[in-house]
Amino acid sequence: MLPFTLFALMFLLVPTMFIVVGAFRAEGGGFTLAHIANLFTPSILAAFSISIRISLASAFLGCLIGFCVACALTVGGLPRWIRGPMLTFSGVASNFAGVPLAFAFLATLGRLGLVTVFLREWFGINIYALGFNLLSFWGLTLTYLFFQIPLMILIVTPALDGLRREWREAAEVLGASRAQYWWMVAFPILWPTLLGTLALLFANAFGAVATAYALTGSSLSIVPIVLFAQIRGDVLQDPHIGYALAFGMIVVTGIGNALYIWMRTRAERWLK
Amino acid sequence: MAFLDIANLDKFYGPTHVVKDFNLSVEKGEFVSFLGPSGCGKTTTLRMVAGFETPTSGSIRIDGRDVVNLRPNQRNIGMVFQAYALFPNLTVAQNIGFGLKVAGRRRSEIDERVQEMLAIIHLPELGGRYPFQLSGGQQQRVALARALAVRPQLLLLDEPLSALDAKIRISLRQEIRAIQQKLGITTIYVTHDQEEALSMSDRIVVMNAGVAEQVGDPFTIYNRPATRFVAGFVGTLNALEAVVTDPARGALTIDGQAIVLGRPIEATAGAKVGVALRPETVALGSRPEAGASLRGTVRDVQFLGSVLRVRLALDRQVVALDSFNTAALRPPAVGDDLEVGFATADMLVVSAE
Amino acid sequence: MRPNRIWAWLALAVGILYFALPLIGTIEFSLRMRRGVYSFDAYRAVLGDPQFRATFSFSVVMALMTIVLGVLVVAPTAYWVRLKLPRWRPVVEFVTLLPLVVPPIVLVFGYIRLYNTSSWLPLTGTAGGTNVLLLAGYTVLALPYMYRAVDTGLRAIDVATLTEAAQSLGAGWITIMARVILPNIMVAILSGAFLTFAIVIGEFVLAALLNRPAFGPYLQVLGANRAYEPAALAVITFAITWACMGLIQLVTRLQKHTQVPR
Repeated sequence: MLPFTLFALMFLLVPTMFIVVGAFRAEGGGFTLAHIANLFTPSILAAFSISIRISLASAFLGCLIGFCVACALTVGGLPRWIRGPMLTFSGVASNFAGVPLAFAFLATLGRLGLVTVFLREWFGINIYALGFNLLSFWGLTLTYLFFQIPLMILIVTPALDGLRREWREAAEVLGASRAQYWWMVAFPILWPTLLGTLALLFANAFGAVATAYALTGSSLSIVPIVLFAQIRGDVLQDPHIGYALAFGMIVVTGIGNALYIWMRTRAERWLK
Repeated sequence: MAFLDIANLDKFYGPTHVVKDFNLSVEKGEFVSFLGPSGCGKTTTLRMVAGFETPTSGSIRIDGRDVVNLRPNQRNIGMVFQAYALFPNLTVAQNIGFGLKVAGRRRSEIDERVQEMLAIIHLPELGGRYPFQLSGGQQQRVALARALAVRPQLLLLDEPLSALDAKIRISLRQEIRAIQQKLGITTIYVTHDQEEALSMSDRIVVMNAGVAEQVGDPFTIYNRPATRFVAGFVGTLNALEAVVTDPARGALTIDGQAIVLGRPIEATAGAKVGVALRPETVALGSRPEAGASLRGTVRDVQFLGSVLRVRLALDRQVVALDSFNTAALRPPAVGDDLEVGFATADMLVVSAE
Repeated sequence: MRPNRIWAWLALAVGILYFALPLIGTIEFSLRMRRGVYSFDAYRAVLGDPQFRATFSFSVVMALMTIVLGVLVVAPTAYWVRLKLPRWRPVVEFVTLLPLVVPPIVLVFGYIRLYNTSSWLPLTGTAGGTNVLLLAGYTVLALPYMYRAVDTGLRAIDVATLTEAAQSLGAGWITIMARVILPNIMVAILSGAFLTFAIVIGEFVLAALLNRPAFGPYLQVLGANRAYEPAALAVITFAITWACMGLIQLVTRLQKHTQVPR
């Protein structure tokens, strides 16, 4: 136990607490809320706003698309052999984030990307002229989906497996149509898992740095990028802002994860 | 015209013939059990009546109407599953009212009917509970109420008591039968437990490997089994080998001891046949009138309280007999020489497998 | 209820399209280095680059050391908690889930502030010290996965009985760990190891902010300056990640064959 405790303390708990405390520590000792208050400057609020919006967008879309695919794999009646490889691939894709992912999307949807060129030369559609830009809000969201959707698939597939066949049959024998079954039984059972996973996807997107940095550099100011710049020392106004930013991040991701765990416990209680 | 008419029902899964030419007519209000070991096709047949499986050929008529092409939600059938299948997100009351809600009935009508059903299953205060808060027996009763709430024309039960404790099984099966009789609803009950089938049914269909081996009321099935399988599956049985000496008189020998059945046997002299004898028809001591006897050595004795179980070794085979305990008579000891008797009418000649 | 297969196929098709296109695009792009002709020039340039070899080996070494450190920290702890200290379980599990909540960027920020040159343990002062910090950071990142893998492995074997059997035969704690427990959870450890490897190889934030010559920052710098090589690198990285996952599957399936059914 001792090495673990020592390790956890030194390299996980204390650094985190240090940041949290640092967010409230005033110059020369004592506690203050000034740093937190300083977060509410226009530029930083803008950063939080963009971060939250991208995280919401990618979480929501990831949830939706991932759910459809997971449904296709489980209750959709597809051949059995498709499920295994798709789940393995989801495992791979959910870890394929960061710099290589950014490259992949640049190579596909960047100005010289495969799909961009393909659409221009075969269909005469110039997506960049139509206002699309990979290095933007929606471009980043689209890229994030690459690891959000698989994560959704991996979490939701077991939940869909948990929908017992007898429930569907019982509902049917009692006169329900398929739509009625989904509306009255299946979705109510699933929604804690869905909501919880949405929260998890949100937290996941919020904390992601590498992909954004590699894709947009510092041009799209999401919170992790701002913090990144702070740490690097590029913007040297007030070191305590860094603490406050980090604290803000922990709060957001903490809430997201807490929601996920709470929802999951609720779902498991019903399905005893 | 029977209420439920199943004619020439056949089901293939790929090359496997799981239900073979199944025929059955069920009267309105009758309680019929499908009894058989796992894999005999009883559940598959039930699911075909419900509509979850499509027969490869054959017809199923309910109240004169062929339902084979109807979806399960169009057949107005109630079904109770082995795993209860209560909707975990709905309360007991909402579960019971589910079929009515789906049919678009008014709220007041649903509430009234739910209360009615809760009273019938003797759980009037549990309407607001969720399934995970109920015991297995309670959940199954709610499942029954849910199936009956919509006033189905047919009730199907798929091994509903298999997942429950022995004690609850006994009390619940009496309750199910009582409710069924009170409501007069035509019922098909699938089980592998012969005690359940014997105690609850008006008629039993004994199935084996996709074939209905015998259809009849419990008394007939037990005492006059038509095939070796039925005789062996329903109740315990002494299965003995005998050699026919005089087919006309029904004389045969079992391990060298002569028995005369007094009725002709369809076999040639010298042929080997299988005979069956229920343990409870064998009595300690000889029984001369219309009877026969066997002599042997007591192999073991089990005193089970109300029942005494003795196994008697003949020359090569063993005969088991059950008799009620009599306080006045001490049980025989192992190694004793004993003579036991039985009525010749109770010895059944079963065609050798 | 016959599910409408058309919708299912449609959803699957959309999914596959979304995932396949970037991969195809990357591969195609990586082959375009020589004007007008498909070639492996980009790959050759990448593999020949001394920087590539240097950073890649650095990351591989770090990954291996992370795996070792991870096992050393996690295995005895999980074992002890399961055996002697069941009441600590929720605490330990909470701690192992923290790295998923605290974003790595916050973590590294904490390291820099806590262990910089003017603090009580000036790790950032030297290259070696910073490497230690990086190693610790990687281990923390991999902690949740490693712990979950080892815990699952321990749950599958009867830890208490095995320990008692070993003790009755005279084995000390280290012997028990090394000779009895570890070999039996080797498969679980291997799954955790491959996952850790995949994580460390591609990791960016920790290495960039601690200024160490790892593969992640190298990728990013290359991406900023070159056109075709990054695509080749992305393909290589993806192939490595896929290989790791595939190995996990393989190893897990091997276990099913060798384990005696209970």
